[in-house]
Amino acid sequence: MIVLRCPYCSELRTEEELTYGGEAGIERPPETASDEQWTDYLFMRTNPKGLSREQWCCTAGCGQWFKVARHTVTHEVVEILRYDEAFNTTMVGA
Amino acid sequence: MREAWRNNAGWRPAWREPSLKAYYDVVIIGGGGHGLATAYYLAKNHGVTNVAVIEKGWIGGGNTGRNTTVVRSDYLFPESAALYDLALRLYESASEDLNFNIMLSQRGYMTLIHNHHQLESARHKVNWMACNGVEGEIIDRDEVGRMVPLLNMSESARNPVLGAFLQRRGGTIRHDAVAWGYARAASDLGVDIVQNCEVLGLEKTNNRITSIVTSKGSVSCGTVGMAVAGHSSVIAQMAGFRLPVTSHCLQAMVSEPVRAIHHHMVLSPATGVYINQTQKGELVMGSVLDLYTSYGQRGTFCTIEKTITSVVEMFPVFAQLRLMRHWAGIVDVVPDSSPILGPTPVENLHINCGWGTGGFKAIPAGGTILAHSLATGIPHPLGQKFGLDRFRSNRLVDEGAASGIAH
Repeated sequence: MIVLRCPYCSELRTEEELTYGGEAGIERPPETASDEQWTDYLFMRTNPKGLSREQWCCTAGCGQWFKVARHTVTHEVVEILRYDEAFNTTMVGA
Repeated sequence: MREAWRNNAGWRPAWREPSLKAYYDVVIIGGGGHGLATAYYLAKNHGVTNVAVIEKGWIGGGNTGRNTTVVRSDYLFPESAALYDLALRLYESASEDLNFNIMLSQRGYMTLIHNHHQLESARHKVNWMACNGVEGEIIDRDEVGRMVPLLNMSESARNPVLGAFLQRRGGTIRHDAVAWGYARAASDLGVDIVQNCEVLGLEKTNNRITSIVTSKGSVSCGTVGMAVAGHSSVIAQMAGFRLPVTSHCLQAMVSEPVRAIHHHMVLSPATGVYINQTQKGELVMGSVLDLYTSYGQRGTFCTIEKTITSVVEMFPVFAQLRLMRHWAGIVDVVPDSSPILGPTPVENLHINCGWGTGGFKAIPAGGTILAHSLATGIPHPLGQKFGLDRFRSNRLVDEGAASGIAH
């Protein structure tokens, strides 16, 4: 089971109390984006086997979104960050 | 029978164990059901026999041996119905075709109806299925009670039962037999099945894969097929592109074996739980997907608890049973819950992935379609609407409801 300490309310939450929000740092392309860029933005994911940079929400707690670097095989949590902080870790395949 | 009188001393391996050759016309990455079926249909339907199936682990050790063995074809859209019903029809003749008893037991697949909204959508589905030429029906509460006598039919149950959707041709198969049957039949036709052979890299020239670097050495190839389910993004990354796939852990568990007490396959849309009894007597139970991405082939206690509490809610008498085994597989989930079949951005690489939680039931169709792609270079007519290009052209085939569990 994944257990994370929310960097905003500092409470320890289990995966049942959290919402997973997919890969972090996916940016909406500008209006001038090509169809390929738009498809890439909407659908394509790195889905790394290894270190993953992702977003989680403290749903049953303070409701804030925050960022986590987690290993997708071992589920080891390497970093937990506030939303405006930058990762120190690099995602596999990114 | 003969071996029973000979101390079982005369059994031979069901397939050859060749070493990897330097070149194959077709290399299939992934020795699960889909990969093995692809190899078999390549040899049988297209006469292509210089084929290798390379498998990281062992045959039957991946999702083909980790699912809940259920087969059905109750999908909504015409293109999905054609695909999944082809799979079911091929399964119906597979024991004969492969000369291997896959123990298909068409005991009926039932989705319970708990409220009027579900009744409406079940009617909608049955009508669609009728238009697609696939049988399905709605049975009333009394009939459900007769067919599934241990089900909690109380008016005060948390999820009362109003009736059920039933596909009588749905049922279960001995899942390992599907892997073994296709492996033996493909091997007999000349296909090399190489186990413990992990892909480490792909060498490309002019957007074509020229050779595959594996843990057992390099192999050159004409065309490449990939059927690696939860690991599709990993192979795609080696090939230099991304997929609209996320990998998730799907868990299942079995109870200790008991005498035959639960004949049909029953799914409750309220809890996401599905349950059937194997021919050995174990109750097989599964439920929701872990919603965060994972490549860890193991389960979590919170999902076990969720599944078991829902099972006991539906079947109070099962509370007496003990759990015997619990396991997980990594499934490849796509935004529209439909597979991705056919060409990829790499010229000679063809794909079969994205079956999500429903790959086992589709093995014969997935194999037929990927084999066609690999042999002819063009998508199979039944696979055309399931190309990777559908995300670019925005022609999604949204089977989220028919996939049975929440994604």
